[in-house]
Amino acid sequence: MKRERRATRGSAALRFALHAWCAVVFFFLIAPLLVVFPLSFSSSAYLQFPPPGWSLRWYMAYIQDPAWIDATIRSIKIAGSTTVLATVLGTSLAFGIMRGRYPGKALVNQISLAPLIVPVIIYSISVYAVFAQLKLIGDWRAIVLGHTVHAIPYVVIVVGAALRTYDEAYELAAMSLGASRLRAIWRVTLPQIRPALVSAMFLAFIASFDELLVAMFLGGSNMTLPKKMFDNIINAIDPTIAAVSVLQVVLVSILLLVVSRFGAGAKPIA
Amino acid sequence: MDVTGSTLREAVAVPKRSSRAWRAHVPWLAFVSPALLFLLVLFVWPVLRLMLASVEGGSFAAYEKALTDGLYVQVLVDTALIAAYVSVICLVLGYPVAHFLSTARAPWPMIGIVFVLLPFWTSILVRTYAWMVLLGRNGIINRLLLEGGIVSSPLPLLNNLTGVLIGMVHVLLPYMIFPLYAVMRRVDPGLLSAAEGLGAPGWQIFRRIYLPLTLPGVLAGVTLTYILSIGFFITPALLGGGKVIMIAVLIESQVRQFLAWDFAAALSVVLLAMTLVVYFGLKRLFRGDLHLA
Repeated sequence: MKRERRATRGSAALRFALHAWCAVVFFFLIAPLLVVFPLSFSSSAYLQFPPPGWSLRWYMAYIQDPAWIDATIRSIKIAGSTTVLATVLGTSLAFGIMRGRYPGKALVNQISLAPLIVPVIIYSISVYAVFAQLKLIGDWRAIVLGHTVHAIPYVVIVVGAALRTYDEAYELAAMSLGASRLRAIWRVTLPQIRPALVSAMFLAFIASFDELLVAMFLGGSNMTLPKKMFDNIINAIDPTIAAVSVLQVVLVSILLLVVSRFGAGAKPIA
Repeated sequence: MDVTGSTLREAVAVPKRSSRAWRAHVPWLAFVSPALLFLLVLFVWPVLRLMLASVEGGSFAAYEKALTDGLYVQVLVDTALIAAYVSVICLVLGYPVAHFLSTARAPWPMIGIVFVLLPFWTSILVRTYAWMVLLGRNGIINRLLLEGGIVSSPLPLLNNLTGVLIGMVHVLLPYMIFPLYAVMRRVDPGLLSAAEGLGAPGWQIFRRIYLPLTLPGVLAGVTLTYILSIGFFITPALLGGGKVIMIAVLIESQVRQFLAWDFAAALSVVLLAMTLVVYFGLKRLFRGDLHLA
C-alpha cells in the first residue's frame, strides 16, 4: 500500500518533470520567432528589445529598396519554375520507380534520392564548375536547374509514398474500359493522389525559396532573397532584415494554408 | 529507403511469360528517363567531375594537405565533434518531447507539433538572424541576465562554439523529433502496462521495453542530424564569427577566395566519405529501415 503510493507520487513527479522539460524545449524552439516579430515593428535603428516604440519604417525600407524587391521577385520566379520542373520530373520518376520492374531499378532509386544525402556545399561547387565553363553564371535559369536537382528527391518521396498505398486496380479498370495508360494516369490516378502532389509542390517551392548555397554560387551578382539576406546579416545588421523575415514567415504560412486547403489529408512534413 | 510495389500489385500487373513481362515494363522506363537523364547530367556528372579534380594530374597532394596539415585536420576533427555534440544534444532534448507528443491527451499533441513545425518551416537565415539578436554581447539574453543581477559581465554566447551549437540544435531538433515521434506512436501502450502489472519498476520498463522499441527512431534521428550537421554552412558561417570553422565553410572559402579547386575537391571527397560512412553504417545497423522522410 505504502509502496504503491510512493510509486504514484514518483510517477507524478516524473510527469511534472517531463512537462517542464517539454515547455523549456518548446520555448527554445519558438524563441527566435518571438523576437523577430516585435523587432520588425521597432521604431529604433538599433536592435533594442523590447523596442522603444512602434513603426512600419523597416517594412517601408524593404519596399523602397529596389535591391530587396529585385531579389524577392527573382526568388519567387526561380522557386515557381523549380516547382513546375521538379514536380513534373519527380512525379514521372516516382511512377517509374514504384510501378516498373526492370534491371537497375535499385540504382535509379538511389540516384533519385542521392541529392538529399550529398551535402549541398559539394553539389553547389560541382555544378558551379560546370556552369562557369558554359558561361551560365548569373542566369536565373541556371539556378532553376540547380534547385530542381535539390527538389526532385522531395517530390519522389512524397509522390512515391502516395503511389505505394494507391490501388492500381482503378487505373487498370480505366484501361480495360479503353483508356490508354497515360490517359488513365492523368484522369484517374493523379486526381486521386492530389494531396500528395500539392505537398510535393510545396516542398519543392520551399526547397528552392530557402536555398542559399546553390544560388550563391550560380547567381553571380543576381542575388536571390536568401543571398541578399545572408549579405545583409553579415554587413548591416539592422531591423530591415527582421521585416523581411516576417514577410517570409507570412508567405510560407499562406502557402501552408493553401496546402492544407487543397491537399486535404496531406501531411506537409518533410 | 525501400520503394517497391506490393506483391498484390505485381501479381495484377505482371503477365506470366517473362519476355512479355519485360515488354510490359518498358513504358515505365520512359517515365524514368527524363528525370534520370536530368539527374545524370546535372548531378551525377558534375559531382564525379569534382571528385576527379581532387586528383588533378595524378597527384594526391590535395589529400595530403587535407589529411596531414594540422590546421585542416583540426577543421575535420572539429566538424565531426560538433556534429556529434549536436546529435547528442538533439537526442537529449528531443526524446522526452517526442514521448510527450506521442502519449499526451488531445489537444496537446497538436499544439506541440505546431511548436515543432513553426520553426521548421521558417527559413534558416531568419532563425540565425534571430539568434544573433538574442545571443550577442548586448543581446537580449545578456541584458536580461545583467539586469537580473545573475551575471556581472556579458556571457560570450555568440561568435564561438556555444553560439554555433545553439543555432544548429535549433535547426536540427525537428529532424530528431519527427523520426522519434513516428516510432513512439507505434509502441503498444499495453506492453508497458503489462510490464507494470508484472511488477517491473519504472526504470526497468524504460530500459528493457521502451528504449529497445524506440531504438530505430533514435538511430534514424541521430543519423539524420549527424549527416545534416557535418555539411552545415549557414549557422557556423554566421554564428561562429570566423572562430568556428566547419568543413563546408572551409570548402566555400577555398573555392570563392582562393580558387583552390583541387583542395576544395579533396575536402569534398572527405566530407562525402564521412557522410556515406555514417549513412550506410547506421543503415546497416538497423537493416535498412531508415525513415529519411
